Amino acid sequence: MSQSGAEPVMPERHYLNAERGLWSWLTTHDHKRIGLMFLGLLLLMFLLGGVYALALRIELLTPGETIMSRLAYNRSFTLHGVVMVWLFLIPSIPSAFGNFLLPLMIGAKDVAFPRLNLASLYLYVLGAAITLWGILQGGADTGWTFYTPYSTATGTAVLPVLLGVFVVGFSTILTGVNFITTVHTMRAPGVTWTKIPLFVWAIYGTSIIQVLATPVLGMVLVLVMLERLGGLGFFDPARGGDPLLYQHLFWFYSHPAVYIMILPGMGVISEAVCAFTRKNPFSYRVLVVSTVGIAFVGFLTWGHHMFVSGASTLGAGAFSVLSMLVAIFTALKIFTWLGTMYRGSIWITTPFVYVLGFIFLLFFGGMSGVAVAVTSADIHWHDTYFVVAHFHFIMVGASLMAFLGALHYWFPKMFGRRYPEALGIGTAVLIIFGFIATFLPQFLLGNMGMPRRYADYPERFQPLHVASTAGASLLGFGFLIIAIYLIWSLRHGRVAGRNPWESRGYEWTSESPPPKSNFHEPPSFPYPPHDYARPDVAPEVGRAA
Amino acid sequence: MQPEASARPVVPHAEHFGDEASRQNAAHLGMWIFLATEVLLFAALFAPYALYRLAYPELFHQAREHMDLTLGTINTYVLVSSSVLVALAVASIRKGRELVASALLVGAVVLGITFLCIKGMEYAHHAKDKALPGAHYAFHQFAVPGASLYFTLYWIMTGVHAVHVTVGVGVLSVLCGQTLSGKFSAAYHTPLELGGMYWHLVDIVWLFLWPLLYLS
Repeated sequence: MSQSGAEPVMPERHYLNAERGLWSWLTTHDHKRIGLMFLGLLLLMFLLGGVYALALRIELLTPGETIMSRLAYNRSFTLHGVVMVWLFLIPSIPSAFGNFLLPLMIGAKDVAFPRLNLASLYLYVLGAAITLWGILQGGADTGWTFYTPYSTATGTAVLPVLLGVFVVGFSTILTGVNFITTVHTMRAPGVTWTKIPLFVWAIYGTSIIQVLATPVLGMVLVLVMLERLGGLGFFDPARGGDPLLYQHLFWFYSHPAVYIMILPGMGVISEAVCAFTRKNPFSYRVLVVSTVGIAFVGFLTWGHHMFVSGASTLGAGAFSVLSMLVAIFTALKIFTWLGTMYRGSIWITTPFVYVLGFIFLLFFGGMSGVAVAVTSADIHWHDTYFVVAHFHFIMVGASLMAFLGALHYWFPKMFGRRYPEALGIGTAVLIIFGFIATFLPQFLLGNMGMPRRYADYPERFQPLHVASTAGASLLGFGFLIIAIYLIWSLRHGRVAGRNPWESRGYEWTSESPPPKSNFHEPPSFPYPPHDYARPDVAPEVGRAA
Repeated sequence: MQPEASARPVVPHAEHFGDEASRQNAAHLGMWIFLATEVLLFAALFAPYALYRLAYPELFHQAREHMDLTLGTINTYVLVSSSVLVALAVASIRKGRELVASALLVGAVVLGITFLCIKGMEYAHHAKDKALPGAHYAFHQFAVPGASLYFTLYWIMTGVHAVHVTVGVGVLSVLCGQTLSGKFSAAYHTPLELGGMYWHLVDIVWLFLWPLLYLS
């Protein structure tokens, strides 16, 4: 599909073969290799979380006990949530694609603190290992939210899971510190604040949330651990404590964490929309302002998780209104993407199909989010499958689609090879329909009164549960196909050449895969990112001084 | 190339770690962001303090009267003095006076250890009264739900702070050794400045803990 005429060739030396041997990978300071290792680990965690998800859906195929006991079910949904949220979604796009792309996109050789970057990887490995060890000890049955007083009283292996999440939190903090500093201090000549690529803006906003919110989570996890070990009493009414305090501290982190999961995805979409419609963003400024706006307002909405936990009417009303502000910023983004597509020269590729899936599903996820932000309606939907469907539309429907879109869009950048495009498009369509089949029935189930986290249900709910399980099987099948063709493409894919998408993104100006130093010459970028307005002018990389 | 591009001022950080100034710039920014995470870490302890002080105002007041104000105040002076010494050490290394800087750092480390010793004495008093955190609380002078929460908060807040002081003492000791061995000069002393920033933060946190736990 490359329009350059001659058959593209693989660069002889690049970051993958610059040094050889396992040791060169384990001790590397190269952000590209660290990003790649993150990607591999994250995909393993995604596989683990996905296996738990399928096990849950099989259990829910029939009322009563299907394949596992009630306790096993409680442990499974907890570990599905813990693995997917803490070990996959939160680090997913920032740690894998952010690491790989952020320096390339601002014309830097590496991140500001390469050794800290490697430390972040090892902290992630350590945290994940502790969590997995906890799973082998039987795992927790508290749900991924670890609500007190249940989490301080249950006899399951909560401690190692808490400790694992605590350690992974430090990995997130280090990555955030690194990225913010990199964006501030490492930009190449020409990359001024108004010419930073939109993906970098999204990672920057995400990093600010990571840095400011994660320490609070770390401390509250320590408090829960101490409560289990020494009976602190902070969250125990019998000792004068207040369990609601836990919910406030937990959601002060965990609601912004939702934006840690979605903002990088929005950055991916902003990049891909411009690349595959051959148009400048409808408004760069709106996309940047809404990114920063979501990062900011995200800190002021946590109370909407406590509408039925005894929050005051005034507080609930305030949090309800503040939560709806997020929808305004999100809508600004959606309209800007649609405005970008309007009269564009649309090129249907796998990443673009994921873009379409993202926008469609984010719309439903976002609108149902406004619905549950209404306090009166939330009383009906709270803790039902309606909420489960809502956040899966955001976390899977949007975040995961963006992750897959990013994986396909930058696969040629990372490995210098193409994947089979037709198969990719077909699988993307399959996954989007599989997703809708899985989670649309859950909206209906929730509205009918099916509570979340229950292994059993009345028989009249069964048809919708069967539909949901069928959709989940489609999803699982789709992921299997992606895994097969991407692994095949690593060795046998067509050579991509430098810029197979003819993208104007800065990262594509270096070779694919990039050399170890990212650019052969220190680059400077005289043209803005996403500059598709002058197709006759080939974007050239200037040389810095 | 577009014409407007050449007119644009060149951003100063072209090369990765091209010069000492940009490296220092990045290191300082990274440290400030890290200090922000530390503030948020302690914020998650100040929030429970505020909540339970509002819930049990009388018992918190009584329990606070029981604290050893003299030791707490001495400790405040000890910690502030050590911060002053660190600030002076950074000022002298900027002028290239390595020996003076390392002597000042030794003083700061000694004061830091003094702080920890006095804190340990206080902890021993509380342990003797059985004013222990959480389930181990058995100080029957004060009613249980409120005062036990006060002492639990006291142990956790000062404990987390003491962990930071211990880390700080370790960092300052290493920096002191490096200063003596001539690693730092008037031209290059970024690690010393960063270590100093960390120590000042630890100091500032105590300046909030002291009034909350000992005064008023």
